[in-house]
Amino acid sequence: MSAVPGSGRHARPSGRGGRDPSGRGGRGRDGERLMVPRAEFRSYYGRPVIKEPVWKEPDVPGYLFFGGLAGASSALAAGAQLTGRPALARAAKLAALGGISLSTVALINDLGRPARFHHMLRVFKVSSPMSVGSWLLSLYGPAAGAAAMSDLTGILPPVGAAATAGAALLGPAVTTYTAVLLCDTAVPAWHEGHREMPYVFAGSAASAAGGFGLLTAPAREAAPARRLAVIGAAVELTAKRLLERRLGDQAEPYHNGRSGALLRAGEVLTAGGLAGAALSRRSRLLAAASGTALLAASALTRFGIFEAGRASARDPIYTVVPQRERRNAAADGQGSGSPPLRV
Amino acid sequence: MSLSEQAPEQAPPAPAAPERVPGLTGGDPSERAGWHEHPPRMGFFTDTSVCIGCKACEVACKEWNAVPEDGLNLTGMSFDNTIGLSASTWRHVAFIEQEAPEGGPGQAAGGPSDTAGGPGQGGAMRWLMSSDVCKHCTEAGCLDVCPTGALMRTEFGTVVVQDDVCNGCGYCVPACPFGVIGRREDDGGAHKCTLCYDRLGVGMEPACAKACPTDSIQFGPLDELRERAQARVAGLRESGRPDARLYLEGDDNGVGGAAAFFLLLDEPEVYGLPPDPVVPTRSLPRMWKHAGLAAAGVGAMVLAAFAGVGAGARSGGIGVGRRG
Repeated sequence: MSAVPGSGRHARPSGRGGRDPSGRGGRGRDGERLMVPRAEFRSYYGRPVIKEPVWKEPDVPGYLFFGGLAGASSALAAGAQLTGRPALARAAKLAALGGISLSTVALINDLGRPARFHHMLRVFKVSSPMSVGSWLLSLYGPAAGAAAMSDLTGILPPVGAAATAGAALLGPAVTTYTAVLLCDTAVPAWHEGHREMPYVFAGSAASAAGGFGLLTAPAREAAPARRLAVIGAAVELTAKRLLERRLGDQAEPYHNGRSGALLRAGEVLTAGGLAGAALSRRSRLLAAASGTALLAASALTRFGIFEAGRASARDPIYTVVPQRERRNAAADGQGSGSPPLRV
Repeated sequence: MSLSEQAPEQAPPAPAAPERVPGLTGGDPSERAGWHEHPPRMGFFTDTSVCIGCKACEVACKEWNAVPEDGLNLTGMSFDNTIGLSASTWRHVAFIEQEAPEGGPGQAAGGPSDTAGGPGQGGAMRWLMSSDVCKHCTEAGCLDVCPTGALMRTEFGTVVVQDDVCNGCGYCVPACPFGVIGRREDDGGAHKCTLCYDRLGVGMEPACAKACPTDSIQFGPLDELRERAQARVAGLRESGRPDARLYLEGDDNGVGGAAAFFLLLDEPEVYGLPPDPVVPTRSLPRMWKHAGLAAAGVGAMVLAAFAGVGAGARSGGIGVGRRG
């Protein structure tokens, strides 16, 4: 790779300090010291190659969090109902209905043209995770709603039972399709983590649902919620570690800047919530505190991952360097000296 | 579990790009979209070696397509004031000021020596100018992820947004590996180059190509353009421009070929183009597989949560089999 400055010499991230003007050097944005020096690369005046997602905060990370809470809660509700834990079942069904309602509202609010939200159901495309997700929500949402309403009102118990089962079957898919939605983009911090992201989201959703159960269910029924919270938190922490390992140097946005701070806070709360939940068998107060921590942790994780993606889209280094390395490796394989005729 | 598949030792330095998905991608894009009787695939060959940076293409595009103004600012980036492609910039002329390659003949402008004090050389300086545009990819990320069907494939093989269908979800924006398509603040919809679909329909060439005074932007059937480009790059190399190269020519790239391709005089990233773009959809089958496994994992986590804790106040089974 040429260190001779092309346009790279002029590269200046507009308005953001902390990087030397050549687009090279050993400092990250926000002036943090990095463990590894930034790779040398060239760019067009430091401008991003890809577009930063136009999705807004808190809409889209909120949509991810509430969808996860809802989907895993539906599975928890069915288990609670089958094992004779009516209070836990009701709490989880309400979490599912509330979660999926807020999630859907957030998604619609994020549209550039919200009045056309129903255009989502014009077509069905497996190639579009948002299309698949919209159809999934159109089935899951009513099921979660019917399950909760039947439970609250006592009307039509057979319909309520069927809706509970249906929501429990669809709920887990609701928790993980959103990972595909993020990863099926050119955003490096999301796309390169596409193998691990669904498991991060699954763990995060399970720990949120377990946390909500711990917070709301009476102590005598809370045992499954506690276990789900602990398992989910452990899965989330593990999967996130694997995701960061996969990304290597590309994981920088998961550690630095605002996204790094959000994710660190999420990790601390997840670990604390996990430990608290595990020890909360005898303390209602500790159970409630742990549940709250896990809910907050799940939300922070979604906000952090969302922001990490945006940060990786803004800085061309994450787009250019891996592609350049791939390109050079391919060229080395062919053993060509002069620049290839076709690039 | 599949989490450990291809367990990375360190960061794998250069993973291979995912392969084309048979059936889902590749081939004749119009045919794949259901146009069985269709005209040849049309495109642009942008030969940047003769671009003079006049921006006639930008202006013609704005005029013909009634694309709104999007900031008349001075960026400080040479003579570039549109910065990049966006919802309201469908042709973008990049201006690169750089030291000419050592011993490289034919500096576009034979410019003055660089007195700004580069790293101790003071060599000749040159300008690279290039008019960027939507690539109208064979495997188009924007089209793949559009949930409404607003983005469609035309009979000419191009990719067009139907504004009356688009609901502004914004998914196409990060799905494009080139950062082409954008969403407008005012109308909330996604917009990009249509390759002048309306003009093509009546046998006219796109406005930018029509306006280009040096034929840097050439329009025509893609097959013809590719032949012409091969001849041009060979000629340039023979005449002592070893840095001339074709970008996105051919089908063996990460987007399965593009209707708009380029002759460049430096690496693509210098022009703001990705050096090895891959449409995100190529990894989608694997993503769905992992999402399915992870969803099953949620079911398994819930089962584990109930296993061994016994029944609640009212007795009942553990309840295997009801949950996904």
